[in-house]
Amino acid sequence: MIIQDRMKVISQRQIAHHIFEMTLSGNLVGEISSPGQFVHIRVADSFEPLLRRPISIASIDTEAGEMTIIYRAEGRGTTLLSEKRPGDEVDVLGPLGNGFPVEETAAGETAVLVGGGIGVPPLYELSKQLTAKGVTCIHVLGFQSENVVFYEEEFTKLGETYIVTVDGTLGTAGFVTNVLEKLDKDFATYYSCGPMPMLNAVQQMYEGKKGFLSFEQRMGCGIGACFACICQTTDKVYIKVCSDGPVFPAGVVAI
Amino acid sequence: MNRLAFELPGLQLKNPIMPASGCFGFGKEYGGLYDLSLLGAIMIKATTPETRLGNPTPRVAETAAGMLNAIGLQNPGLPGVLENELPWLEQFDVPIIANVAGTETADYVEVAKEISKAPNVKALELNISCPNVKAGGITFGTDPQVAKELTKAVKAVAAVPVYIKLSPNVTDIVSIAQAVEAGGADGITMINTLIGMRLDQKTGRPVIANGTGGLSGPAVKPVAIRMVYEVSKAVRIPIIGMGGVTETADVIDFLSAGASAVAVGTANFVNPFVCPQIIEELPAKLDELGVDHISELIGRSHRL
Repeated sequence: MIIQDRMKVISQRQIAHHIFEMTLSGNLVGEISSPGQFVHIRVADSFEPLLRRPISIASIDTEAGEMTIIYRAEGRGTTLLSEKRPGDEVDVLGPLGNGFPVEETAAGETAVLVGGGIGVPPLYELSKQLTAKGVTCIHVLGFQSENVVFYEEEFTKLGETYIVTVDGTLGTAGFVTNVLEKLDKDFATYYSCGPMPMLNAVQQMYEGKKGFLSFEQRMGCGIGACFACICQTTDKVYIKVCSDGPVFPAGVVAI
Repeated sequence: MNRLAFELPGLQLKNPIMPASGCFGFGKEYGGLYDLSLLGAIMIKATTPETRLGNPTPRVAETAAGMLNAIGLQNPGLPGVLENELPWLEQFDVPIIANVAGTETADYVEVAKEISKAPNVKALELNISCPNVKAGGITFGTDPQVAKELTKAVKAVAAVPVYIKLSPNVTDIVSIAQAVEAGGADGITMINTLIGMRLDQKTGRPVIANGTGGLSGPAVKPVAIRMVYEVSKAVRIPIIGMGGVTETADVIDFLSAGASAVAVGTANFVNPFVCPQIIEELPAKLDELGVDHISELIGRSHRL
């Protein structure tokens, strides 16, 4: 169920250039049903900025009632969010949307997780849940440059991890597809989250494979009422990223 | 005595608060968050005769204390609304105000005629003020004579009272209001969004794919209050006021300006529980103002 929760900031730290990791505590955590769901955060109790900010959930700790979000603080809203300190309260609406289906990959099978930039965070909780049930996860994570790379160590603990940077300052130089083309294609499922050109390239490379893609779009309400964040399906029907997605099976969305 | 109850043409309002059209879809999303029967009424998303996909994205852009939108009247079309959306809303004890849109007069007439037959539709809101479609919409709302003729044509077929939603993007909103009153309108809803534009810092190009969008949110409230004040002095028909309402104090302002009920738009996106919260807070606000019934506040600004 979607709830509006005044969550407490447990920790806040910068983990890369302009990239922040924040842990929040509250009842909302108990409502999260799948990795890849997101929350809609009001960064200030004023009209400036007015709208909420959609932020993906990077990991959840149901027992502790805590969740961790990772976000890029570049605009005004996310910069204000990065100024919150432990003990502060944040107005959070969520959990929103439909996440990645963990059940689509069986124990003993292999899944390839492909992330780009600020699309990487939801793959962390996904990988945690997949590996916990006995799925072998291979992570291919693309970033612009070394200074914005994060969670390499965390992902490495869960499985084989390849870092790609556009400028070649860390890991493979180029795009995630430079790594994907060398990987064994004998896997069960792929899951991906990142910018549209990356999703398009991944989907093309893995045509015919079972895959799930998480999309981004400018949002208004976050719950499906305002019709701001629509995208078109391959059948020419409009769907809402916030409430129909953000995760869709590969091939559904016209990229 | 219900201190918040009020009667308007076609509408028995439990309270004066209703979500504005385009900010509440057809209620399903908010229905998952609270009991929609709490609301005074619901203004559902604009309905056109045919299914509309709306504009390309980006469709929204944030601005100072507000937002621009150019959704473009995306809706499932008249048959879809009649078959799926309105019957779903019947489970709630709440009157529906159906927002009617189209490209030409015949579209408005067709939708008004059919949708006003639905059992829970108690009033129509003619959308002659949508700034985000190429044809129809605002072109009916900027010329008094055209607005009057459309009002007459719809009144001739509508089975329920007809409210006209006015655009603020005009030189003289009073003349439009008087024209629709002369055309037989039962009420006025105002204001729709103000046409605006936001440019991208890097490229210099408009952020919204449509180029322009409709400005809403707290930023527009003073404009809306001024217009409600002016129009309420010039017409006899009731006004449902809207524009930047985010809290109970704003509702008091709109009533004081001359509105008989108040719609909440953009604030639903920021705080999805804003409508029930305002409804809950209103009685205490009346106490604070030393007022027994909400109606005593209507048009206070006129009493000099």
